[in-house]
Amino acid sequence: MRSFQEQLPELTKRGIRPVAVSVDPPATTREHLAKTGWTFTFLSDPDAKAVRQYDLAHDVGGGKVIARPAELLIDPTGTVRWVNLTEDLRVRARPEMVTAEFDRIAGRAP
Amino acid sequence: MERRRNFFPLAGFLVCVIAFVSYFLFFYRFAVTRDVPWTGWLLLGFGLALVYAGLVRAFRRPERYRGKVLGSILAVLSVAVAGSFLFATTVGSRDLPAAAGAPKVGQKAPDFTLQDPQGRTVRLYDLLGSQAGGAGAPSWVVLIFYRGYW
Repeated sequence: MRSFQEQLPELTKRGIRPVAVSVDPPATTREHLAKTGWTFTFLSDPDAKAVRQYDLAHDVGGGKVIARPAELLIDPTGTVRWVNLTEDLRVRARPEMVTAEFDRIAGRAP
Repeated sequence: MERRRNFFPLAGFLVCVIAFVSYFLFFYRFAVTRDVPWTGWLLLGFGLALVYAGLVRAFRRPERYRGKVLGSILAVLSVAVAGSFLFATTVGSRDLPAAAGAPKVGQKAPDFTLQDPQGRTVRLYDLLGSQAGGAGAPSWVVLIFYRGYW
C-alpha cells in the first residue's frame, strides 16, 4: 500500500486511480490514513459484500470474513484487464506491475 | 581455575528472537525485505551460529566454559524460533482461499457501492466514469483488496 502511495504520480499520469477495499469500518480506515498520510481512495466493506462479489472472502475464524489480498486493473468500460491473485499474503502486486501492464495494453513504450 | 560464563547461547537466542520480531514489525513494510525474508534468514543464521559456537565450547572445554545445561535449553528454543519463522513465512502465509470465482481478464468487474472513510457513498462505476455507465470522467481503476486492520 505504501508503494502505491509512492507511485501515485506514475499511476495518476496514466489515468489510473487506485482504490483500496477492506472490511475495516470507515473509522478504522480514517485512523489508519491519519497515521500513514496515504491520500488515494479507500473504501470500507464491513459486511464483506464486495469481497464476496469478487469471490475473495477469507474466513479467518470466529465468523470473521476478510478479503484475501488481490489486485485487479479495470479499464474505463468496466472490463477487467489484469488480475493478480497472490498465493502468499506476504507477496503483493507492486505498482510497477500495474503501470507496466497498462503500458503494454495501451501500446506505449515502457 | 574459575570457569568462565558462556554468553554465546544467550546472545544467539536473542538474535533469533530479533530476527523473528524485526521481520514482522519492521521489514514487512518494504517489498524488498518482505517478499523474500532474507533479513530473517541472515539473522537466524547468525543467531544459530552463535548458539552452536557456545555449545561447542561448553561441551568441548567444560573446564573453561559453563553453559552445558542452559546452552542446550537455549539451543532448543532458538531452533524453535527459527522453525516458527520458516513456518510462518512459508506454510502460514500461503494459507489463502483459491478465489476460483474471482473476475477473470475480459469479464465485467462487478459493480458495488461502499463508504469512504468520511462515510460518503462511493460507487465503483462512478469512479470508472461515463464509458462504464457511471457519473464522472472516464478513468482506469486498480482495485486493491487488502486484509485490513479490523
